[in-house]
Amino acid sequence: MKEEPYTVIEPRRNWSLINIRELIHYRELLYFLTWRDIKVRYRQAVLGAAWAILQPILYMVVFSIFLGKLVKMPSEGIPYSIFVFAGLLPWLFFSNAVSSAGQSLVGSSHLITKVYFPRIFIPTAKIVTTLLDFMVSTLVIFIMLPFYDMALTWNIFLLLVLIFLTLLCAIGVGSFLSALNVEYRDFQYVTPFMIQIWMFCSPVVYPVSIVPERWRWVLTLNPMTGIIDGYRAAFLGKAIDWEGLGISGVTVVLIFIIGLSYFMKVEERFADII
Amino acid sequence: MSPAIKVKNLSKKYKIGKQRGRYKTFREAIGDTFLFPIRKLSHPFKNSFSGTTEEKEIWALRDVSFEVQPGEVIGIIGRNGVGKTTLLKILSKITQPTIGRVEIRGRVGSLLEVGTGFHPELTGRENIYLNGSILGMRKAEIDRSFDEIVAFSEIEKFLDTPVKAYSSGMYVRLAFSIAAQLKPEILLVDEVLAVGDASFQKKCLNRMQDVGQEGRTVLFVSHNMPAIRSLCSRAILLDQGVIQYQGETRQVVQHYLGSDDRLLGQRVWTDKDRPGNHAFHLKSVKLRNASGEEVSAINISEEARIEIEYELIQEGGRAQFSLMLYDADGYCVFSSMSNTEPNFYGKPMGTGDYSSSCHLYGNLLNAGRFHVSLTGSSTYWTDSFTIDCVISFDAIDDGVLKGDYYGVSGGVVKPKLSWETVHK
Repeated sequence: MKEEPYTVIEPRRNWSLINIRELIHYRELLYFLTWRDIKVRYRQAVLGAAWAILQPILYMVVFSIFLGKLVKMPSEGIPYSIFVFAGLLPWLFFSNAVSSAGQSLVGSSHLITKVYFPRIFIPTAKIVTTLLDFMVSTLVIFIMLPFYDMALTWNIFLLLVLIFLTLLCAIGVGSFLSALNVEYRDFQYVTPFMIQIWMFCSPVVYPVSIVPERWRWVLTLNPMTGIIDGYRAAFLGKAIDWEGLGISGVTVVLIFIIGLSYFMKVEERFADII
Repeated sequence: MSPAIKVKNLSKKYKIGKQRGRYKTFREAIGDTFLFPIRKLSHPFKNSFSGTTEEKEIWALRDVSFEVQPGEVIGIIGRNGVGKTTLLKILSKITQPTIGRVEIRGRVGSLLEVGTGFHPELTGRENIYLNGSILGMRKAEIDRSFDEIVAFSEIEKFLDTPVKAYSSGMYVRLAFSIAAQLKPEILLVDEVLAVGDASFQKKCLNRMQDVGQEGRTVLFVSHNMPAIRSLCSRAILLDQGVIQYQGETRQVVQHYLGSDDRLLGQRVWTDKDRPGNHAFHLKSVKLRNASGEEVSAINISEEARIEIEYELIQEGGRAQFSLMLYDADGYCVFSSMSNTEPNFYGKPMGTGDYSSSCHLYGNLLNAGRFHVSLTGSSTYWTDSFTIDCVISFDAIDDGVLKGDYYGVSGGVVKPKLSWETVHK
């Protein structure tokens, strides 16, 4: 005889673990929510798929002119354009993921108050959508490499680890922000500013080596430092900084746990305060 | 046999004031953090963390306990705001209880709204999958039911057009036909039948009847007393968050209808408690006789009108109404929708005050006591809210049609029909 699902509904204690069984039960919904976001975006925007490629290219052009040529930013022996492009890809993935995830809960209030499913899927769907944009834009860098007389190295396999870390970081920060925006509705004005500052604290447009040795530890507090450096190693073949990556990895796991915990704490009250 | 649903001491508390109606802002939180020590010093016995607004608490549900056996169809009735939807939301896991415990055996499907998650840019076909998945159906299930959904909704020709191009009727039909495929062991339904035209409502009721006969457990929240009477074996009457009465449907309904002996032909709301949705708020509902006076009794031979005053607050929004008249036994005499209104229906309206009147013919109703239920909606009959027993009145037989007959006539309506005799 098939076992009947038995549900108990009680006031939930504050700190509870993620219900993995429930996430698996509702897994198809994550697919549909992501599919919806992708379809709507590609149907509404004229640029659609092109935006995923245009955004990093446009940034690259601007940075190459102003920082590469005029300011003469050092770039560890690599042509500045492709150097900054390799940093832009993961950065745009992270910042777009976090921005869209941050507003996702507030934007889905009509769903949250009318039907039940694991709410974590809402910001996660947005992040997966951004991941797909990232995949599309990596094609560009593969095309660019031969033009700079560069080739892929074995470092490219590091990409899987890096994508996983970036996802964890995005989910951690994204879920934290999305819950924060539900609780404090004006935080959405702080977010763009915060992301801008974060970008300057990450080695997107400059190499880590530009920072004096004794201050470098400040940069390593930012998990994206080790990760972005890692992407450069993966795409452009420079030496992998295992120490930096390790520190970033630990930080990311911490961020993931904290972000998710806060999300779940506020989750009980979403329908009441949204 | 173990109950399908067991509810014990369920209570839900809401904070109103700071939390509802006004968002917490980060700015305030930071300010409060700094000012907290100062505030605490000057008001050592005040309990709140932030002194900016008084937080009041209300109990939406208080100590609710009941059991539902597998296969039962239970009606949940009560005036607006008594906690019916809150109860369903807790059973659907949308919101958490403050105190109490619920045990549920079986898969739960919740229908608190039709068309949840519909995206206007996606086609009908795409929305079927999206909405079905949101309601809890697996892709395989949706694949199997796909043809049935399309057939029930009658939108086959428009399956691949974006839903934003659908008429309101198509939209609601599609939404309901997806929901109708939900086959969980336990179904929670909230007033979704209140919108749509008469034939659609009938379709929905038939479907609800089928569901009941399929042996599923159903909890049905509605203001539609005849529907409750025909579908539900038992009913629970809620009042201010507490179970006032539960038992055999007929008795509970009678208790509910009879409990409001006041005759009130006018209902006026103060600024603070105007019912409404995001587009408009009701100001008053008044019964006026042929001379335009506000009354609680009308003559059956004379015209009368039910005047709804409201304020449109959303620029370009719509205000659409569905009015239902009930007799003393709770049977619906008629329902009428404002979609034949020539001046404003179907057109976006500018903000401001409006008055919509429904004109009743003279020589339509029979004598008796009637009450009115009003449903207000916006575009595509969404965002609906219902006020049942919004006004009640007596219709008095002034003898105009009686002529030389002095008895009492039966029938809910007493229309003036013309008779003709011909000598053959």
